[in-house]
Amino acid sequence: MNAVPEAIPFTRSDIEDFLFLEADLIDTWRLPEWLDLFTEDGVYYVPSTDVESGASPENNLFYIADDRFRLGERVKRLMKRTAHAEFPHSKLRHLVSNVRITERLGEEIHVTAAFITHRTKDGVTDVYFGTALYRLLVRDGKLRIREKRSVLSSDGLRSQGRISFIL
Amino acid sequence: MTLITDAIVRVDKEHGSYNVARRAFVDPEILEAEREKIFDKCWLYLGHDSELRKAGDYVTRSVGGRTVLFTRDSQGQLHALLNTCPHRGARVCRERAGNAKSFQCFYHGWVFGLDGKLRNLPGEDGYPADFTSRTSSSLQPVPRFEAFRGFNFVCFDPNAISLTEYLGNAKEYLELVADQSEVGMTIVGGTQEYSIRANWKLLVENSFDGYHAATNHATYLDYLKSNTGGLVPIKLEGIGRDLGNGHGVAEYRAPWGRPIAQWIPAWGEDGKQRVDALYKKLVDRFGTQRADRIALTNRNLHIFPNLVINDIMAITVRTFYPTDQKFMAINAWALAPADENQADRNTRLFNFLEFLGPGGFATPDDIEALEQCQAGFANLGEVGWNDISKGMLKDVPSYDDEAQTRGFWNEWNKRVYGVQA
Repeated sequence: MNAVPEAIPFTRSDIEDFLFLEADLIDTWRLPEWLDLFTEDGVYYVPSTDVESGASPENNLFYIADDRFRLGERVKRLMKRTAHAEFPHSKLRHLVSNVRITERLGEEIHVTAAFITHRTKDGVTDVYFGTALYRLLVRDGKLRIREKRSVLSSDGLRSQGRISFIL
Repeated sequence: MTLITDAIVRVDKEHGSYNVARRAFVDPEILEAEREKIFDKCWLYLGHDSELRKAGDYVTRSVGGRTVLFTRDSQGQLHALLNTCPHRGARVCRERAGNAKSFQCFYHGWVFGLDGKLRNLPGEDGYPADFTSRTSSSLQPVPRFEAFRGFNFVCFDPNAISLTEYLGNAKEYLELVADQSEVGMTIVGGTQEYSIRANWKLLVENSFDGYHAATNHATYLDYLKSNTGGLVPIKLEGIGRDLGNGHGVAEYRAPWGRPIAQWIPAWGEDGKQRVDALYKKLVDRFGTQRADRIALTNRNLHIFPNLVINDIMAITVRTFYPTDQKFMAINAWALAPADENQADRNTRLFNFLEFLGPGGFATPDDIEALEQCQAGFANLGEVGWNDISKGMLKDVPSYDDEAQTRGFWNEWNKRVYGVQA
């Protein structure tokens, strides 16, 4: 594998394509493929809504703070019939917008995007909205996620109640 | 108000049957009765000392349908105030938490101290000279406000028994949590605020139910097995207790790691040294027997009506309120020793999130179960009763029996209907 020097060739349009692909993999429940978008040291965070968006999961209670191992376990779980909260799988649609490259730092590209995600199950539809903060980098010529941090803009999870799918 | 007097709780001790009418989970009249006879009368959890560390710290919180302002004044004294301006009613503090020298109502500008006293108001010369010093001019305190080992409670019934009397046998279990640190326990930053589309009593039952783990939490148990290095070979085993006054507990051993203090191979040699040191400290302070109980047993504690303190792979403090008969709002916090080192804190929070909360590997499946129960109650005209009889004929009910749940319903029935089940 050749380290790609400075991931400059990637434009916002390339990154949008990548985020739209990511959203599609989640919405169609192709979660093992979604997991492959992460680096070996990739992490996935959803902070609680009364802490700073940049808060650390080491000092604060989050909703989700997965290292790469637990993220893999989360995907395994969600693909089982015994993940009752998602059986049958809910119907999802992520809308990803307002994509901005905020920083190019060494091999990392930092990106923010707004998301609105609708989830329907058993005739009930909930809306989740917020900002997704990404640390992306390039591996083997492809964009990969080192950190995805989904920061909810709502006051808590009332009435959504749960984050049983991938936000 | 008059309630339909058909029994909600039906007990046949001889045949070992205990049933609860599903109407209790759907009937708006019953919710009204609960508001009047339970939430207006019982001690309700407000918050923990550690949430207000410094003079001037405050949090606003919804408790028992009221909006409450919880403050620490410049003398260090805690106050529980009703967050409504005595002048015209506006909520005086509109922030969730912070630090302030005083609170000014933004409507007409009245200014109150952290103790609730009216300090000054615009146009003071339009009022009698003694107006600011009148009790009725201040933010009103909740009728009763008492604490036990750092846990603060309020009660809206001025004639209620004392908090310690109310807690009764549950105190023993709160001590087992409070004793985990010499310097005190602390609420970790960050609140999980979520909701369930189900009656609040379903979460009471679920919070200390040891019976549902194998099926409802199958994926969590799968996850534990796949965890690097695995667990300790300990069987889930223990007792369930009705503690009286509606409180109950399941107390049991389990194969998962406890930051205080049950080591698992997944934590490695470093982790073992840390856990051993924590355990030794407990032995020095309390002797082996109590140290073992604190370190090695898990407790799912419910304090009537709506406080859950689960001291399991981490400690969660959780309250929940009905907003209508089919919807509850939940707040959950993580509690930890204030002097915990960073490595143990990491383990604790990692543990917390693998099981607990709306994004965990277990709680979402509980939420799903409760919502599916609520959905199933649509058939209550034909299938009207829940069964809560497991372990009823045993001398010592197991952690996965339902003695603790029956204790809750006995108290509920006593308070709502004035009769012993």
